[in-house]
Amino acid sequence: MAADPNAGNTAPKLTKKDFSSDQDVRWCPGCGDYAILAAVQRMMPDLGLPKEKIVFVSGIGCSSRFPYYMNTYGFHSIHGRAPAFATGIKLVNPELSVWLVTGDGDALSIGGNHLLHILRRNPNVNILLFNNRIYGLTKGQFSPTSEVGKNTKSSPWGNIDQPIKPTALALGANATFVARTIDRDPKHMAKILMEAYQHKGTSFIEILQNCNIFNDGAFFDVTEKDVKADNQLLLTEGAPLIFGKEKNKGIRMTPAGLPEVVTIGENGISESDIIVHDPTHRNRTYSNMLADFDVPDFPVPVGVLHRVSNPVYEDTMISQVTQAKEEKGTGDLQNLVTGKETWVVE
Amino acid sequence: MTSTATASQSVTNTALTKATIRFAGDSGDGIQLTGTQFTQNSALAGHDLSTLPDFPAEIRAPAGTLPGVSAFQIQFSSEEVFTPGDTPDVLVAMNAAALRKNLPELRADGILIVNENGFGKRDIEKAGYETHPFEDGSLDDYILYKIPLTDLTEKALTDSPLGTSEKRRCKNFYALGVLFWLFDRNPKSTEDWIRAKFGRKADIMDANLIALKAGHIYGDVSGIFQNRYMIPKADLPPGLYRNITGNTALALGFVTAAQKAGVTLFQGSYPITPASDILHALSALRNYGVLTFQAEDEIAAMCATIGAAFTGALAITSTSGPGVALKAEAIGLALMTELPAVIVNVQRGGPSTGLPTKTEQSDLLQAMYGRNGDSPLPVLAIRSPGDAFHAAYEASRIAMKYMIPVMLLSDGYVANGAEPWLVPDVDKLEPIEVEFRTDPKGFKPYLRDPATAARPWAIPGTPNLEHRLGGLEKEHLTGNVSYDPTNHDKMTRLRASKVSRIRNDIPPTEVDGAQKGKLLVLTWGSTYGSTWEAVRHARADGHTVGHCHLRWLNPFPADLGDVLNRFETVLIPEINMGQLCKMIRAEYLVDAIGFNLVRGLPFKVSEIRAEIDKYL
Repeated sequence: MAADPNAGNTAPKLTKKDFSSDQDVRWCPGCGDYAILAAVQRMMPDLGLPKEKIVFVSGIGCSSRFPYYMNTYGFHSIHGRAPAFATGIKLVNPELSVWLVTGDGDALSIGGNHLLHILRRNPNVNILLFNNRIYGLTKGQFSPTSEVGKNTKSSPWGNIDQPIKPTALALGANATFVARTIDRDPKHMAKILMEAYQHKGTSFIEILQNCNIFNDGAFFDVTEKDVKADNQLLLTEGAPLIFGKEKNKGIRMTPAGLPEVVTIGENGISESDIIVHDPTHRNRTYSNMLADFDVPDFPVPVGVLHRVSNPVYEDTMISQVTQAKEEKGTGDLQNLVTGKETWVVE
Repeated sequence: MTSTATASQSVTNTALTKATIRFAGDSGDGIQLTGTQFTQNSALAGHDLSTLPDFPAEIRAPAGTLPGVSAFQIQFSSEEVFTPGDTPDVLVAMNAAALRKNLPELRADGILIVNENGFGKRDIEKAGYETHPFEDGSLDDYILYKIPLTDLTEKALTDSPLGTSEKRRCKNFYALGVLFWLFDRNPKSTEDWIRAKFGRKADIMDANLIALKAGHIYGDVSGIFQNRYMIPKADLPPGLYRNITGNTALALGFVTAAQKAGVTLFQGSYPITPASDILHALSALRNYGVLTFQAEDEIAAMCATIGAAFTGALAITSTSGPGVALKAEAIGLALMTELPAVIVNVQRGGPSTGLPTKTEQSDLLQAMYGRNGDSPLPVLAIRSPGDAFHAAYEASRIAMKYMIPVMLLSDGYVANGAEPWLVPDVDKLEPIEVEFRTDPKGFKPYLRDPATAARPWAIPGTPNLEHRLGGLEKEHLTGNVSYDPTNHDKMTRLRASKVSRIRNDIPPTEVDGAQKGKLLVLTWGSTYGSTWEAVRHARADGHTVGHCHLRWLNPFPADLGDVLNRFETVLIPEINMGQLCKMIRAEYLVDAIGFNLVRGLPFKVSEIRAEIDKYL
């Protein structure tokens, strides 16, 4: 493990500019990625970490160019494999703050296996999955989150693949922190990014991101001003699941144990009938329910769906090393090479 | 077995210089364990030796059938040996299938010890015999000892509280006891091992100890053996020795390299035959600070390895050919980002899943060329089990010195084979100097060392050296993404030049035997041993033959062309269809001749010797 070269750093607080690299940003004008980059660069100083302690890792795709624009350590790896790189980095130097930037194709298609395994291992890595429901860098093929029937360059007769819900997949993989935010809501994004950073273990954030070239408006029914209030369910810990322009719609459980949308003030329903948001249930029934919500039947939850505490991968590795040294003593190299059964030739 | 006999009472003591024994039985019979124990005992008796385990890919094929047969061969000698022996002098067959599969290997007049209880009607049928081998005369050419090993073991364990099947399971130790008597061995090393292994299961420990002792006594008192064989100690270079397998030696080589370099050892691997033992060995060494990561697949194993290298570890991955195929894209990234790593390929029979438990040398061209783009990498190979330690150390040193991923080729034969090994003094090994870049003044991610062309190793956590790496082409010096045509040409050549500069680290080529003339036998990897013995035999018969063995396959040593040109004929034995041969012909325009057998087995000394004779 590298020694902390910057222990006791009392340098003045960094600014957004300190986190911008000298490279020209090369996303299409109007891409949602710009807003995410700006939000990340703006919140980085709030981590209170020197730049050299931060590493951005990515795979391949539009979103995966992200590390080049961050003036931190960065690794633009190969398609789908960023979780494995991040795990290797974390194991060797657990002090680093590791951020993984990926997309719906990178994380859920070619990298699906690695995403599953980083989530179940739970290293302290923050995953930002930019979901735009399309392949952008290869110019417009359907992705694992594209809706059925979608016409794309590679599905002129309509997409026949069932889409994956990223948050549901993450919960299925035993993720300890699952959240959703939106490129068009930088304030909410900043808040979620900070909560992800503060969570010990792997944090998984799905960011609904607009690709204005190949899939413009993929989430407009969730993000646009006129429909947002009715189609977004803003999750606030300890607050009831209430939404709608009039703030009079809510989610309650039927006697059959299924969620339903109800209107407060109608049919004798009051606020006390509405489920109060608590992302900390270890049992995932509730968070799975939220992950399953989608328009038009339910509003799309935005915020932290699930947050539980589990052992952190690299911490467990360190404790094994410590324990092994305590039990067996720090290994002596010559003893190891010599082994137990030897003989001498005179 | 060359022998001189002296008679004493009813048993004749026969002195030999060497012997080859093959143990064979069902894969549930503990054959590998029996072989390993005999090996350990031979080593402690001071013999030079070499072993070859030969086990089926199936964990438990149906009992008693040919696919379920597991075998272990050992040659031990008072002289230097490098191979497990061409033809066994002694075959121990625990059942009919083991006999049927292994008898063709046994020397005519060889000793055949069979477990009579493994030759019932069903055993004979399952082995596919049409007539009973005890009755059809097919064993007449051998010195046959029929011993009811199962019954005798059960009888010896009458007082044991174990159940019948558990008692029968001890028969391998009974057989080992007989062999220890036959070769005049002190069984103490195996007794100690049984006590350590089964100390917590007293009944099993006692039963195995009794079976071993009973077998030893049987050899003495049964009166069936007229001969007993004595092999003097080998005349090995003085020093402290241990017995070691290739996979263990590799693991130790990496730990040593990391400690000498003062960096963390990280291994990212996915289980695969025959490389998994490297992962097993290193994962036990947490108290040495070794970090092992059993990844979800071969690709993740390689990618985590690169992440660890980026963060300042000596990062290695161990796999076999199919794993290297999966890792290829990531290996290219390690090459592009110019990070140090060692990729171990314990080769097995291919292509595809091929022969997982058998040996082959057919991944040389994969190591050389198995990536997209112009992507040369350093390639070196292990020649024997003990050599694996030094090869791993050298691969690690070169990886970190040149900031480059290194392909290290082993194979199933070296990996699982064992030999006595002169334990190195770790303080006397060549130092490995690693310096992480810390000075921000003049720092550029792709600024190169003038001698090695290595770029600086600037690891995350170092202030003011923040930079970005990736698989897109790098601009010379800055490492920024560049699509410039001239830059790509320059960087492609620079990457290649890093490999060729490694020549400066390769000592002059040594030729064993004739330095010029009629025939040079050129080898790489595990064909070293059988070729060494074959060339030595040819020279003893008065022929002028040279033997040159290559540790480095890429780059070739600087003087190799001169060496090849001193000989009229260059013969290249390989357990593949002529991969080094192709490289040599392409590089030096030498009309090299291949000798190629791809049976999943190492060459026999006699096979190479016969081939040598063709060109003399």
